[in-house]
Amino acid sequence: MRVTEGKHMAYSEKVIDHYEHPRNVGSFAKDEEGVATGMVGAPACGDVMKLQIKVGAGGIIEDAKFKTYGCGSAIASSSLVTEWVKGKTLDEAGGIRNTQIAEELALPPVKIHCSILAEDAIKAAIADYRKKYGEEDGAQKAAD
Amino acid sequence: MTPEFSRNHFELFGLPVAYAVDTTVLERAYRDLQGRVHPDRFASASEAERRVAMQWATRANEAYRTLRNPIDRARYLLALKGFDTGEESNTSMPPDFLMQQMEWRESVEDGRARHDPGALEGLRREIDESRTEMHAFLARALGGDRNYDAGCSLVRKLRFLDKIEAEIDDALEAIADGVPAPRRAASPKGND
Repeated sequence: MRVTEGKHMAYSEKVIDHYEHPRNVGSFAKDEEGVATGMVGAPACGDVMKLQIKVGAGGIIEDAKFKTYGCGSAIASSSLVTEWVKGKTLDEAGGIRNTQIAEELALPPVKIHCSILAEDAIKAAIADYRKKYGEEDGAQKAAD
Repeated sequence: MTPEFSRNHFELFGLPVAYAVDTTVLERAYRDLQGRVHPDRFASASEAERRVAMQWATRANEAYRTLRNPIDRARYLLALKGFDTGEESNTSMPPDFLMQQMEWRESVEDGRARHDPGALEGLRREIDESRTEMHAFLARALGGDRNYDAGCSLVRKLRFLDKIEAEIDDALEAIADGVPAPRRAASPKGND
C-alpha cells in the first residue's frame, strides 16, 4: 500500500475531518460492565482495528471507543462508526452496512475495504457482547 | 521452441508442483528459458515470432517472480489447490494475533515518537523471529501436512508482519531525516 499510493491521495473533507479530529479514540477498562470488544484486521494492507462498545440498560449502546492502525480512510471509517452506534440497539448497530459508511465518507473504490473493516469490527464487537452477556439485550424489547 | 503456454509456473520451469523449491534449480531453469526467448535471438525473425517470444519472456518473468517469493509462491500454490488466501476479504484474524499486532504497532509509534532507533531495531528482530517461525509453519502446512486452511491463515498473518516491517522502515527513515514526531491521534499516522 505504501508503495502503490502516494502521500497526496485525495481524501474527502469528511475523511480529513475524522482523521484530524477522530471521535472516541481509546479503550474502556477491560472489566468495565457491559463492555465488549471487536478486533479485526485487513491482511492486504495490514490495517488493524479495535472497536469497543459499552452497552447499558435495555441493550442500548451508550458509548463506543476505537483504536485503529491504518490509513486515513480506515481511521475515519472506525471513528464514524463509533458515532453512529451510540444510542442504537445491538440489532440496529449490527445493521450498519459498509456501503453507508463508504457513502458518508465518499470513499473511493480502492478504499472500500476500509469501510468493510469497520462494518466487520462492529459486528465482531456485537458478537463478543452476545457471547459474554447472552441475548439480554432482548429483555427490554419483551417488556415494551 | 518452448513448452505449452498452459502449463503452470512450476511446470514451466520443470519443477514439482510443491511449496519447497530448490532456488538453484529455479534460477537455472529461468535463465535457460529467458535465453531461449531473448529478443536478440529473434532479431531477424518474423513479427509474429518476435511477438510470441516477447509473450514468453513476460510469462517467464512473472512465473519466476512468483515462485521466488515465498508468500507469492504459497498463494499461487494454494490457488492451484483451489484455496483462496482471503487476503482481501478475510478480516477475522485470531484475537491474540491481532492484539500482538496492536502492541507492535504501538511500539513502532513509541519508538518513532521517542526517536529511538535502538528500540525499533530491537522490535524488528522480534518480528523477524516471529516471521521465521511462521515461514517454517507455512512450509510444514503446505508440505507434509497438506493443511491448506492453515496455509491460507499463515499467508494472511505474514502480510501483517510485512506491514509492520514497512512501518519500522518508515519510522527509522523519519528519525534519520530528523522529521519531527507526528502528533498522536487515532493512530500514529496515516500511511497514505
